[in-house]
Amino acid sequence: MKRTIPLFISAVTGFVLICTAFIPKFVDWGNDAMAWFNILAAFAFILGGGNLLKMQLQKISAQQAGWGYSAVTLIAFFITLIVGLLKVGVHPNINFPEYAWSGDYLEEGSAFWWLFEYIFYPLSATMFALLAFYISSAAFRAFRAKNTEATILLLIAVIVLLGRTYAGVWLTSWLPNEPILGTSGITYSDFHLSHLSEIIMDDFTTPGMRAITIGIALGVASTSLKVLLGVDRSYLGSDQEA
Amino acid sequence: MKQSTLIWTLLMIFGGLGLLSVQIFRTQGAVYVREVPVEAKASQPESPEQVYRWSKYQQVPAKEKGEPGVSFSLSRTIGLWVAAFCTLAIFSFLYGDNPLYKFTESVFVGVSAGYAMVVAFWTEIVTNLFAKLLPGLARISFFPDMEEGTKASLLYLIPLVLSVLLLWRLAPKGSWIARWPLAFFIGATAGIRLISYLEADFVGQIQNTIMPFIVFDSKGAFLWIESLRNSIVIVGVLSCMVYFFFSIEHEGIIKYISRLGVWFLMVTFGASFAYTVMGRIALLSGRLNFLFNDWLGI
Amino acid sequence: MLDILQNLDRRWIFLMMFIAVSVPLIMGTTFPEEPSDQVMAVFHAVDDLPDGSNVVVALDYDPASEGELQPMASAFTRHCALKKHNLYFMTLWPQGIPMIQRSIDLLESEYPDTYKGKYGTKYVNLGFRAGNEGVIKLVVEDLKKSYSSDINGTDLENIPLTKNLKNIQQVDLLANVSAGYPGSKEWVLYGSAPFDIPTVVGCTGVQAPIMLPYIPQQLDGMLAAIKGAAEYEQAIINGYPELKDNPNAKEGLKRMGPQLVAHVLLISLIVLGNVIYFWERKQGMA
Repeated sequence: MKRTIPLFISAVTGFVLICTAFIPKFVDWGNDAMAWFNILAAFAFILGGGNLLKMQLQKISAQQAGWGYSAVTLIAFFITLIVGLLKVGVHPNINFPEYAWSGDYLEEGSAFWWLFEYIFYPLSATMFALLAFYISSAAFRAFRAKNTEATILLLIAVIVLLGRTYAGVWLTSWLPNEPILGTSGITYSDFHLSHLSEIIMDDFTTPGMRAITIGIALGVASTSLKVLLGVDRSYLGSDQEA
Repeated sequence: MKQSTLIWTLLMIFGGLGLLSVQIFRTQGAVYVREVPVEAKASQPESPEQVYRWSKYQQVPAKEKGEPGVSFSLSRTIGLWVAAFCTLAIFSFLYGDNPLYKFTESVFVGVSAGYAMVVAFWTEIVTNLFAKLLPGLARISFFPDMEEGTKASLLYLIPLVLSVLLLWRLAPKGSWIARWPLAFFIGATAGIRLISYLEADFVGQIQNTIMPFIVFDSKGAFLWIESLRNSIVIVGVLSCMVYFFFSIEHEGIIKYISRLGVWFLMVTFGASFAYTVMGRIALLSGRLNFLFNDWLGI
Repeated sequence: MLDILQNLDRRWIFLMMFIAVSVPLIMGTTFPEEPSDQVMAVFHAVDDLPDGSNVVVALDYDPASEGELQPMASAFTRHCALKKHNLYFMTLWPQGIPMIQRSIDLLESEYPDTYKGKYGTKYVNLGFRAGNEGVIKLVVEDLKKSYSSDINGTDLENIPLTKNLKNIQQVDLLANVSAGYPGSKEWVLYGSAPFDIPTVVGCTGVQAPIMLPYIPQQLDGMLAAIKGAAEYEQAIINGYPELKDNPNAKEGLKRMGPQLVAHVLLISLIVLGNVIYFWERKQGMA
């Protein structure tokens, strides 16, 4: 019951979806499965919220260090949830004005929109903007040309960093657009940093990424097959679970 | 002067200058809106009122202040200042961890969890589950545009049951039952990924790499630059694959090929690093653009 | 001197970065851009379609990446508007809904003749659906199974643009702007690779190298990071000179000033860090 049924469910679902690629009859079944999958994904958001609630409440009740911040999280969570679910400040759909609940929950000017625009938006954007500072600190402290490989990495990074801005043009614009003696078709201007960085991306990064992509594809395929055949059961957790 | 004191002082000066400029250019830091009246006719003839009226407000640039229909918006102005406060509070982490940062971080966690739940509820659960199971009720509540007499699709009881089982995970007892929907989720993911990764990322990438070593143009002339570029790509992919092939010992010729592969990978990582830097800086400039342009109006 | 640098408080570096980005931003410095072949491929993918073609604009990003991706999304929208294409907006990210609204505001304010009041006949906002790649899998086979209604709750059967649209294999182009998972890679894996839907993408710097191997077979072109956005803006301005005086059409170009200074700062920091490292090694400390 605890292990056999889940193994059966995952195998059937997986193989039905695999068959959609080969047997047209299975396409409709596959579409149904995907529609259910998407609904479950939405419930995963609810589960996430519920989990957050559970954990923060545990923290508050145990009066762990920093429990006040947990209370702040919960207040923010509930305010967002309530104004969003109750569509506070939302007008009805213009085509159906007598249906009070028919409006867009994210309508401009509504309370939920305000929370997104003036609280979630700046907080989320600034959190990620911090990374620019940390990457600069890391550049100073961690990126060392310790060996050949690290030197290649840094050199390429420098060429691409320069080549992808106007600095590249400034530094190498003196190279004339004339053919190099003894070569056919190569000009000095081909060594402009902007052009070099394009060559690096097209001719060197592409094969590197392609090999990584092939490797990952094989990994994903084998893991998927292991899951569907019941060889990999790690997602089921331990038997001791309540 | 201690280094940290100096940094702190500089930051205070910057902050002070910013606030001062807001005072000087008074139009900034305030939001103006234009009122757009809405007149909606009832969709049903038997509705109590025939015409419903309300107003929408559109944000306009501060220079339109004083034009007819344009007014000061208190809620959005407060919003702008709250956004600026949130931005500065998060930036304060750069100086060091502090209660202000922790407070805003907690707010962020709460709001984002709430936001995701609300969006998931209205877009997927109401639209694709509730409306499928109870179309009549959905029509008179949220979706008046739905066709009358739409039949309930009982097949959607399956995802409903699976969803309830998924939420059971939060219950103190019997949380193992959540393995059933989880198994469905994992099985479906594995099923779609198996085919698509093999198609686009395995076969597709091999196909993309099958290119001529020697390239001629339409007149039969040898194009050595194109030939060289193709050869580099092919050699690059093969040498990197050899490096990733751990089942044989990297000795002799294999050692040299895999070393070439490592170099290709280093070039890849170097370029990836440069692009990552580019991205991070763009995010910072986006944020500072908000502070300087939208808030302070410098 | 090197002793001081060795023990430099990292907050000084933060301050330098802050100045490197803010000064050019305040000064509004811009530089000329020359669109690369890859960017021109994207330009032609949109431009060579006959006027009024159907384009899905999938905006899979959130405020965290808006600084990098909004110029791209705006450029795609503006270019499609210039070609009077019919636009279908959708997102796989819950936070993507307001991002779509920004593009719709652009359509209505800058191109009112073509788009104002033409909701449903010239553009439609499908909004968000949960399920990541599951949504893509479904919309490429059966759009209405995933999106029975648009963002306003209007039945897709009652919207002229979507009435006869069975799935998005029928559209002329898919333009995706994405910040990660789910995004460009998933659109290629489940959309363009199996069904040959012509696809162009704009993505973050982090994603750009990951998407490279798909060009040109599975992807027609890619805008990589803010540089890609700036070049694309330049390509559009070159093609439609009336945009020269529109400051909104140069958002990406304006960001290249801070990029330049910050990149130079970063390179200087790497070089300085290495000078200290080799000096330490010489001193026998490392």
